Amino acid sequence: MHDASPVRLPDKADICVRLDDLTLGYNNHPAVHHLGGSIACGESLAVVGPNGSGKSTLIRCIAGLLRPRGGTCQVKPGLRIAWLPQASGIDRSFPARLRDLVALGLWPRRGLLGRHRAADRHAVDAAISAVGLDGLAGRPIDSLSGGQFQRALFARVVVQDADLILLDEPFNAIDTRTVDDLLALIARWRGEGRTVVAVAHDLDLVRAHFPRALLLAREPVAWGPTAQVVTPANLARARQFQAAWDEDAPWCAPGTHATTAVVPMAGRGAA
Amino acid sequence: MQAAWDFLIGPFAEFAFMRRALWGALMLSLSACPVGVFLMLRRMSLTGDAMSHAILPGVAAGFLLFGLQVVPMTLGGLIAGAVVALGAGAVARLTVQNEDAALAAFYLVSLAAGVVMVSLRGSSIDLMQVLFGSVLALGPETLWMIALVLAVTLVVLALFWRALVAECLDPLFLRSVSRLGPAVHFVFLGLVVANLVAGFQALGTLLSVGLMILPAAAARFWARGVAGMAAVAVLVGAVSSGGGLLLSYHAGLPSGPAIILVAGAIHALSVIVAPRGVLATRLPRRAHRIA
Repeated sequence: MHDASPVRLPDKADICVRLDDLTLGYNNHPAVHHLGGSIACGESLAVVGPNGSGKSTLIRCIAGLLRPRGGTCQVKPGLRIAWLPQASGIDRSFPARLRDLVALGLWPRRGLLGRHRAADRHAVDAAISAVGLDGLAGRPIDSLSGGQFQRALFARVVVQDADLILLDEPFNAIDTRTVDDLLALIARWRGEGRTVVAVAHDLDLVRAHFPRALLLAREPVAWGPTAQVVTPANLARARQFQAAWDEDAPWCAPGTHATTAVVPMAGRGAA
Repeated sequence: MQAAWDFLIGPFAEFAFMRRALWGALMLSLSACPVGVFLMLRRMSLTGDAMSHAILPGVAAGFLLFGLQVVPMTLGGLIAGAVVALGAGAVARLTVQNEDAALAAFYLVSLAAGVVMVSLRGSSIDLMQVLFGSVLALGPETLWMIALVLAVTLVVLALFWRALVAECLDPLFLRSVSRLGPAVHFVFLGLVVANLVAGFQALGTLLSVGLMILPAAAARFWARGVAGMAAVAVLVGAVSSGGGLLLSYHAGLPSGPAIILVAGAIHALSVIVAPRGVLATRLPRRAHRIA
């Protein structure tokens, strides 16, 4: 499967994330197997593939929450990262207002003790307005609809003001109007030079809005310009992938892949 | 008028032990009730109960070595609580075991060890004192200890408020932007243990958790925000303290359980009549807005 070598970026491109022979997994079973490639600053990358193909695992690793089992995942030092998980661990019954949830995004700037200034409050208001939730800032979070809640989470990402934005299946169970609004927001981020990595299942959406794509099926199937990645031939190959857990899968022999030692990611501690 | 004065103020005006008991219980309310609000919001209300059992062997060890003395029993309780909290937390984080099961295993052993230690020495009256406390016998030493815990609790809550809220609301997010998450958890457990230890002299190890949980549980029905809940919880705790002491004085009831019973009554009332209680949310309503 490794004939699909990632397209090499021009050397002058500013690299945001560099993956080198990266293997991620749980209990000796890889979820991402020998993945190599890089994400340039300012690009919009869609990660596509069947369920269980390692997309979320890859996102978690880039976010610095999962330690590589082999190879390296290097993130440009000093990069501010925002991560929107697939299933947020948010306690919807918590007595918070929408504004409180969005204001969590101030954490990277203000931390534990920094005072929230007038400018910060304006930033929160502007973000709530940018996702089309004007007038709902005071609503308790348990009264928000699914779409409103997803908009609120996007508003928090806006407030975080990150260089690298990781979105894990942000368009699930959301109506087309909300999807369009959120896509407009992603386009704005691209205009501002931010790097966006999004996991998505809607291939038409990926073709229309993401210039680059990574097709993952535990192993990388293809990585490059979307038109060359999301092709019937590649998708057919990805479909053959077995997500089933094979308890007795043979061990990955050292010779077959050039495995490297685990090295902590630059600038961020793994895990 | 005079009768009301005699009933409500008289006991405190007349007896120094009643005044000390009131001061102790009010300080405990101000300290333990906000901690209880976070316990409740983190769905750890029963963890508070388990921790109150867990501090018993430490208290018992202090009692065994030094008799009924405040400082050794307090330090013993703090150490036992810290060991159980850290032990259960470590097992939960390093193994497949969930925190609730790990904590159950630790506190049950701890409770059994504590009862064995108390029974090794002393009469059952001493055991009753350790298990159920005596708010009417609060000495100046104990009051100072409670004041110290109150001061520490208020400072820590002020410093870590934002992290405590973030850790409750969205722990994954906090993990992605900060390394404080696990630290906040243990700082918080430390506060729980300190407040339980402060409460055990007055209310006993078994009931000290009552002043932490019942006012917080009642506050949930009245307030919308976290800060509002903490304020309501402190108020409920203070009213329960005063009311419980009066009930104990006039009806000749043991003081600790009397305070908890009053708090329980306020909680029951809140469940029914509060703005977010049963009546307000379940009664059929004719009118509604158009949007």
